[in-house]
Amino acid sequence: MAQTSSGPVKAPPEQIKYADLLYYGAWIGIFLMAITYAVYVTGILKPLIPLHEVPNYWSMSVHDYLAQTGAPTGWGWAALLHRGDYLNFIGIAVLALMTIVCYFILISAYSKKKDTAYMVIAIAEVVVLCVAASGLLGAGGH
Amino acid sequence: MINRKNWKAIGLLLFLFLSLVSSPLWASTEGPAVPTTESDVAWWVWPLVLFFFCFILGIIAVLAGVGGGVLYVPLVSGFFPFHLDFVRGAGLLVALAGALAAGPGLLKRNLASLRLALPVALIASSCAIVGAMLGLALPTHIIQICLGGTIIGITALLFFSKNVERPTVTKQDAVGAALGMQGIYTEASSGENVEWKTHRTLTGLILFIVIGVMAGMFGLGAGWANVPVLNLLMGAPLKIGVGTSKFLLSITDTSAAWVYLNQGCVIPLIAIPSIVGLMLGSFMGVRILAVAKPKIIRYLVIVTLLFAGTKALLKGLGIG
Repeated sequence: MAQTSSGPVKAPPEQIKYADLLYYGAWIGIFLMAITYAVYVTGILKPLIPLHEVPNYWSMSVHDYLAQTGAPTGWGWAALLHRGDYLNFIGIAVLALMTIVCYFILISAYSKKKDTAYMVIAIAEVVVLCVAASGLLGAGGH
Repeated sequence: MINRKNWKAIGLLLFLFLSLVSSPLWASTEGPAVPTTESDVAWWVWPLVLFFFCFILGIIAVLAGVGGGVLYVPLVSGFFPFHLDFVRGAGLLVALAGALAAGPGLLKRNLASLRLALPVALIASSCAIVGAMLGLALPTHIIQICLGGTIIGITALLFFSKNVERPTVTKQDAVGAALGMQGIYTEASSGENVEWKTHRTLTGLILFIVIGVMAGMFGLGAGWANVPVLNLLMGAPLKIGVGTSKFLLSITDTSAAWVYLNQGCVIPLIAIPSIVGLMLGSFMGVRILAVAKPKIIRYLVIVTLLFAGTKALLKGLGIG
């Protein structure tokens, strides 16, 4: 492993851009989670499942939980943002979407650099994450 | 050598941790996972206990040098009344939030390498989706048994693996060279620039298939596996291995988290106190870490994980 001492090494520009976007996105997501949780537990918005009833469901499997509560799957939560419990999903979704958004910076940077291998890898990653986020992938209940 | 001040801090942490674990609240957690018509405990008690539990977990995770997810899933599924489906969903979000918060700093300081992370992330995140789907399709007791076995395996890995600060890589392999898996970073303590490159890249990439599946299946995060593979197998310097691993979780866990989210496995009353508690605990842990390096905490975590793993295994076998 070679060692040199010609001043500190800077991260590539696309890495810095990715870091900046991730920084703001992550903290916005965490801030939103804190705010929406406060709205939820203070009862400002009526939840789909009343707070005092949640402990009756959280020891069930997700299959039974969905059957008994009528809670939505996939992007069904987006239609329930007027409910205190599902309002919390905004912050969670922001966190889960950040990586997809940040990857567009990489696609653009690698395209400009004509680094085809990494551009293809970045595009493939966006596709994988979009498929995961789409809700098209089902899982059998147990 | 651990001084008197450090012992006090460790003692306080242990006391808080054991107080929570031995609380009478746990008494109601045993038994089959069937709904109770009326809960004896007010709705806000469990989330509040969970918040403080995760706060302490966050401190311990930083001091022990492990991710929050690997402690969260076995301990919360073992000691709280929540079904494993919701614990795994929250566990992935906990690991994701921690990775997203740490990622920018690591990328800016060049301690996480995009060239190393991107190919690995593509494999791990694709396989994490498969793992998540498998984890939600298999019967709970099978997952409990596998989780228990995995946690016991992780304790062995934590106990026996000795990471190498700067592994010697004499010749980069063809796959590593083709992908340009190399870089340079500045060692802050000495100011020297350290060049690095990978070897045994193909074997490493294949191992990330397994790591991805396990991350998705158990909701554990995967820092415990990422670091040894990146450092010991592929030859990345320890700092690059740790930094890239943490950043990698932000991608791997995103794909699995979406599967759990879409399947309805996220209950905000469980997930949000966990995320916030663990993040605040991690910040506190970093402050404590600056003045103390208690190796004993690492051994405490190993023992706790061994206990939690055994509990999960026995629970899965129906004898716990």
